[in-house]
Amino acid sequence: MPHPNREPVWSKTDNMGLSLKANANPLSLAAEQLRILSIVPTPVAPFEDKMAAAGLYPLDATGITVFQINVGKLCNQTCAHCHVDAGPDRREIMTRETAELCIRALAQTRIPTVDITGGAPELNPNFRWLVEQARGLGRHVIDRCNLTVLLLAAQADLAGFLANHQVEVIASLPYFRASQTDAQRGEGVFEKSIAALRKLNALGYGSEGSGLLLNLVYNPVGAFLPPKQESIEVQFKRELERKHGVVFNHLYTITNMPISRFLDFLLATGNYEGYMERLVNAFNPAAAASVMCRYTISIGWDGALFDCDFNQMLDLPTGFGAPQHIRDFDVTKLQSRRIFTANHCYGCTAGSGSTCSGSIA
Amino acid sequence: MDGYYHSSDLPNFADIGKGNRELWEKFQSYYAAVFAEGALTEREKALIALGVAHAVQCPYCIDAYTQSCLEKGSNIEEMTEAVHVACAIRGGASLVHGLQMRNVAEKLSM
Repeated sequence: MPHPNREPVWSKTDNMGLSLKANANPLSLAAEQLRILSIVPTPVAPFEDKMAAAGLYPLDATGITVFQINVGKLCNQTCAHCHVDAGPDRREIMTRETAELCIRALAQTRIPTVDITGGAPELNPNFRWLVEQARGLGRHVIDRCNLTVLLLAAQADLAGFLANHQVEVIASLPYFRASQTDAQRGEGVFEKSIAALRKLNALGYGSEGSGLLLNLVYNPVGAFLPPKQESIEVQFKRELERKHGVVFNHLYTITNMPISRFLDFLLATGNYEGYMERLVNAFNPAAAASVMCRYTISIGWDGALFDCDFNQMLDLPTGFGAPQHIRDFDVTKLQSRRIFTANHCYGCTAGSGSTCSGSIA
Repeated sequence: MDGYYHSSDLPNFADIGKGNRELWEKFQSYYAAVFAEGALTEREKALIALGVAHAVQCPYCIDAYTQSCLEKGSNIEEMTEAVHVACAIRGGASLVHGLQMRNVAEKLSM
């Protein structure tokens, strides 16, 4: 076992407690996660070797079409698979000053899409300002929403705000049944998520022709890979419409990365080695060629720059001479930068691939 | 017979081909064609396979098709029903042979 003395936070009966950080769990440290990930099970080749065999090493960016801002780790949920280790106890959130630096950098570019994530990004007091500014610059804005935030008393006008600014909502809903959804996201979350989806539907979200995009995200509720996106989307649409009267545009399947709280779950359940082998055996060169880090720049709550949100959580900044903070943003240098990879990257290259916009191959 | 089956054996299934490559390749090709999307979806085929795996009580197949069913988007309720279908057919197959028992008993009895 990679860390025999570590007490897992994940538990089958009570998995919705505090973050790894609040539990002072060693896995809250990026260095500890990277140490475990460097111990690959015997049949697993290091990621770099696999990429080299596919003619994809070193991996370079192909441009930047997504400006992904992670506004912080504060969240009203503590989901069992969260790669951010977000939760109500986390206080690391983006300040107005850093948000202004983001908008200043964005304005220098023609990057078409601003993707705002967290935590629950809407809980950051600067969220709405960021949305207004990015929309003012004519950019498409995505809100990565956990749905239940829309039901908070303090956020009663949030759904209307998102609709008024034509923000695309990408919302987490790991399954169309309560038992699986609640197992990952907390007791009662499915029911609240359905109520939030109805609220969005009432504003026109998810209806063809409304211009208000509502896309859902499927994450496997366990140590297995996601289904084919188009197959599970058909099931989701049928079940959500028939049983709950809910409509949406598309379902994105996203693979769970073997980091943070999902890594805690894998280790606690003895699934770590099997999961890594599963990811490696499903390595798909076509998916590897289209990984999202190649067209994304990820900005952390403190303004640090990363190749993707997962590298951000592992404290792996942009490297190889590229700028490392939003105050030094230089699109010319960043759009062709070399990308930092490690074994967690197998999560994005398995099967049909996994990006923040679902499968790709 | 302790430890007769090992999960680590399954990835070596292709070793069977070392005894007869041609037959193994034919089997592999047929197997892939059977499980490809057709009149039935891949998800439906995986659920049938899970039921059959329980009927033939193959530990390798149970492991493989439990994972496969989850990865095709099935849930534990659907998978449990698939196992019950296997159980009902196996149980029914025993019970319906009670008719043979009755026929024989009828013939032998006064």
